[in-house]
Amino acid sequence: MQNKNGWTGAHAPLGSEITERRLFENRRLWMQQAARTVAALGTAPWATDHALAESTTAPERPGKRPRIANVPSKVPGALALENATSFKDASSYNNFYEFGTDKADPAANAHSLNTDHWSIDVEGLVQKPGKFGLEELLKLSPMEERIYRLRCVEGWSMVIPWVGYSLAQLIARVQPLGSAKYVEFVSLADPKTMPFVGSRILDWPYVEALRLDEALHPLTLLAFGMYGEVLPKQNGAPLRLVVPWKYGFKSAKSIVKIRFTEKQPATAWNKAAANEYGFYSNVNPLVDHPRWSQATERRIGEDGLFAKKRKTLMFNGYEAQVGQLYAGMDLKANY
Amino acid sequence: MVRAAVHRWLLGPIAKPAVFALALLPLIWLFYAAASDRLGANPAEALVRATGDWSIRSLCLVLLITPLRVVAGWPALARLRRMLGLFVYFYVLLHFLAYGWLDMGLDLGDIARDIAKRPFIWVGFTALVLLTPLALTSWNAAIRALGPTRWRNLHRLVYGVAVLAVLHFFWMRAGKRNFTEVAIYGAILAALLGWRVWRRFSRPKTRPETDR
Repeated sequence: MQNKNGWTGAHAPLGSEITERRLFENRRLWMQQAARTVAALGTAPWATDHALAESTTAPERPGKRPRIANVPSKVPGALALENATSFKDASSYNNFYEFGTDKADPAANAHSLNTDHWSIDVEGLVQKPGKFGLEELLKLSPMEERIYRLRCVEGWSMVIPWVGYSLAQLIARVQPLGSAKYVEFVSLADPKTMPFVGSRILDWPYVEALRLDEALHPLTLLAFGMYGEVLPKQNGAPLRLVVPWKYGFKSAKSIVKIRFTEKQPATAWNKAAANEYGFYSNVNPLVDHPRWSQATERRIGEDGLFAKKRKTLMFNGYEAQVGQLYAGMDLKANY
Repeated sequence: MVRAAVHRWLLGPIAKPAVFALALLPLIWLFYAAASDRLGANPAEALVRATGDWSIRSLCLVLLITPLRVVAGWPALARLRRMLGLFVYFYVLLHFLAYGWLDMGLDLGDIARDIAKRPFIWVGFTALVLLTPLALTSWNAAIRALGPTRWRNLHRLVYGVAVLAVLHFFWMRAGKRNFTEVAIYGAILAALLGWRVWRRFSRPKTRPETDR
């Protein structure tokens, strides 16, 4: 038990608020402790000492990548009161098909992704199209911590502390025209650094899209980090979308282009299998995937091997915040 | 020389226990990996998939016995066939148990509804059902009671199971269009079944007694 949790007794004594029992129950607590004791971490130019002060409340800080200073979000529903998934699980069990189809492939292959000199093109039906460099985007709005449930269409879930700000902040900057109805997100598709771009699984580049009102919802997050640090490459560095009430594949990774359109864009998984993956893909326990039930899910790292799976919540538990976006819509037809 | 040595080994006292131990290795590994937290972030999914992998692998092996027996000239391989056949059933049962327990929480109502509702589960479950009479009639008295012809015809169900296994795997992977492994196992099983068809038509005089 002690070895399994990695606790050897050689680390600094625990704070009085942390009991031994809780330590054994939850390895992230000791990892958090360990992260705090690791000195001389690389600090990103945009990070400040504030990030370190935050670490007592942050779920876990792996301490391998630059920190991003952030404050807890005040957006309603943005801070799920649930245990965060361990950073190890969240960064080693991924779907990022540009780097392979196995869950372990992205962590093994994504090191080749080059996130230097990153920029995104904003184009289409906006008054102020243009190119935004990563540094500019990092400073565009204050960084917030958002603890979101993540529900994969495959039937598993995690709880991830993201760092970023509402996509609406960027949208406000580029001023969509009245004709803009949808927002399309295009991921990087570089066959030189992404070994599975070119495979026949999907049309590349990976394209996802939201209705403009969905994109403007304050819970729709433009994320630059997770667990207090910049995103690991396998999680979609250097910036990605996080739409917590939709299945995970709607949240495009490693975005290079955002386009505003009048017509509903063709999205990657919808093109690949329209009967299985709809444009909306809102988390909905009442609408099954053709090959499996969506009524339940397994919380990674938390639900034991023999535990019954937990019930999936309507809109992944964000119904109070986003339900009105779909008022009057037939969610069975618009899955 | 080598061929004769292998055949002698196959006839010897070690062959059966050695193959038995080898066939148990995947299970031992999975137990060890599960107990020591080596199955990754989603151990339930890993166990369901691994038992499925070993089901189709053992099926390939058992269907390889007859071609190998004939082509390589190792009639003694027949000694191992029953045991390997039972291992196929064993891993398929474990696969079903992993699905029913880890995925469905042993809720029999949920399992029954899931089997009825989802074609790819239904196909896999049918393969398990078809294998059951083969496992139940694998002992000598059952063979005698059925008579060799009826027993042999019954056990040809395994060819249908091979087709269902590939279909089950194909359907499971269809959503993500990830067919590489499906194609590999499909090709192996197609070759093993194709060899039987080819042999049947190229040697019409084969006596049923030797066509096992």
